[in-house]
Amino acid sequence: MPEIARTETMLTLGPVFFHWSPDRLLDFYRRIADEAPVERVHVGEVVCGKRMPFSDPAWPAAIERLERGGKQVVLSTLAAPATVRERKSLEDICGDERLVEINDVSGLPSRSGKAFVTGPFINVYNEASAKFLIKLGAQTICPPVELSFAAAGAMSVKCPEAEFEIFAFGRLPLALSGRCYHARIHGLHKDSCQFTCERDPDGLAVDTLDDQQFLAINGVQTLSNQVQAFCPAPDALASKGIRRLRLSPQTCDMVEVARIYRRLADGREEPEDARFALSCLDLPGTLVDGCAHARPGWQVIASP
Amino acid sequence: MTMTRLELVCPAGTPATLRAAVQAGADAVYCGFRDETNARNFPGLNFSRDELAEGVRFAHDHGSKVLVAINTFARVDDVDIWKKAADAAAESGADAIIAADFAVLDHVAKNHSQIRLHLSVQAAAATPEAIGFYAAQFGIRRVVLPRVLSLQEIAALNRAIDVETEAFVFGGLCVMIEGRCYLSSYATGKSPNLNGVCSPPQMVSYDEEPGGTTARLSGFTIDRYERGQPVGYPTLCKGKFKADGRTSHLFEDPVSLNAGGMIAGLKAAGVTALKIEGRQRGKGYVSEVVRAFRKAVDAVEKGGEPLDIGRLLAGQSEGARQTAGAYEKKWR
Repeated sequence: MPEIARTETMLTLGPVFFHWSPDRLLDFYRRIADEAPVERVHVGEVVCGKRMPFSDPAWPAAIERLERGGKQVVLSTLAAPATVRERKSLEDICGDERLVEINDVSGLPSRSGKAFVTGPFINVYNEASAKFLIKLGAQTICPPVELSFAAAGAMSVKCPEAEFEIFAFGRLPLALSGRCYHARIHGLHKDSCQFTCERDPDGLAVDTLDDQQFLAINGVQTLSNQVQAFCPAPDALASKGIRRLRLSPQTCDMVEVARIYRRLADGREEPEDARFALSCLDLPGTLVDGCAHARPGWQVIASP
Repeated sequence: MTMTRLELVCPAGTPATLRAAVQAGADAVYCGFRDETNARNFPGLNFSRDELAEGVRFAHDHGSKVLVAINTFARVDDVDIWKKAADAAAESGADAIIAADFAVLDHVAKNHSQIRLHLSVQAAAATPEAIGFYAAQFGIRRVVLPRVLSLQEIAALNRAIDVETEAFVFGGLCVMIEGRCYLSSYATGKSPNLNGVCSPPQMVSYDEEPGGTTARLSGFTIDRYERGQPVGYPTLCKGKFKADGRTSHLFEDPVSLNAGGMIAGLKAAGVTALKIEGRQRGKGYVSEVVRAFRKAVDAVEKGGEPLDIGRLLAGQSEGARQTAGAYEKKWR
């Protein structure tokens, strides 16, 4: 695999997990294309195949706009494909010449031999599994969000032939189900869900009986209520050879999020200043970073 | 898919439970080593190397098989622990290894081709493409199906693959896709994939409060019970939460899986083996559940009327409600 010339940390905008309208998606990506200092942008539906007929028409224009803005576009794929239509769509995307993000093993047969990214829904926990996937074509590996920075760093050190990417910002994707919780809470079934998930563009907050903020639902997906804000110092990333930070879209000003992380990665802003700047944005939850530190994910540890 | 006799796969958390399950009619038992290599890494459970070898002898003498679960994900820099567990399972004479991690599957496929490989439910392989990939790469002979598929989908899947399928029929019910759930990690820092535990007991507290007993996990309120009400274990996904102005068991009611009424349907859908969850259960429970399922499976195999498994298991319901889960489409 060719050595990548740049050594500084690159920023990746992850796929939108939520059911945004095509207009909202297009507006969002237009602004990202023009203003966000990110090298790579993921597009495509990851959470629910039932949303694809709505969002599919937005992608060609979004991709065109992003590529015109100098972004590398990655096509993200479904995390739990099930129906014949979803599986066919997955196979089609895997045939694309662009980089593809694999989020379920179902995509590996049609992508093996061609470069791909593994997303946080693929269980890569150790160097042997990483090497197995690299042999098949994995170029960038974004491990599951529960894996600590130290563990991801240890993998990165042992697998210099791939880039490792840390889920740095956004509500943490914690679980997927066969059951749709938006449908369930509205007394509906998944098969006739009425797409109530579109009402919650950051997910729907799930609090405990004692009003502790805890989780959020997004159709079949469960996320953290709190927002991951892992802000490593550039040296910490460099020492483990971690090349990329992933920023996961929420409705807050993602251009500003990208600017903050760009300054952080360039060493122009201290981690605590970056965290403060993030905390000033209109976020759906408080900032946490426990997972990255091998602690309960809801905790705030801060540093390195 | 040829119609062979359904195999009843039963949990064995200890050597005593293994013997009980075998004597109650298990066609196969599954168990794990006493460490973090298996997904039921609980204190007082599981097998040493010697106990496994002895368990395999006992099971084989009685015509039963032993499947060894090495189904957590190997820790970075410690992959050898998982590889050695697989080596030990192979040396014990066990009939299969149940694994999910690419690293473990690859090691077994390359070094122990004589032992069958079963793909753990923790791998969450639910499509012909995913199962076909594991079959092509590692030669898996069976896949334990994620608990998200309906009977119709299982039937369609079995027509599209050429490995055996194993389906859960009784016990604890994961609502989330197993192997892809980090909820416990988020709340407690311990997870099924990394540590072989979910909602671990050391993070649980029961607090007596004016409103009743509050069950908490890592400080998060999971459920509250009025005085006199039976108090449940605060498994995260079975808790009561508030969302959209409503309070409900948002993810799943505190139910357990009982697909005893679907044995004939699972057989017709081409399933090879039926799995009972519960390696954390005692031998009394395991004996009774295995005996009940043995009777029910035998009745189905003879083409007779399906037995009322609920009635056979009256003593084991513990007041908890039961569900057939995703096998019925309306569950979604």
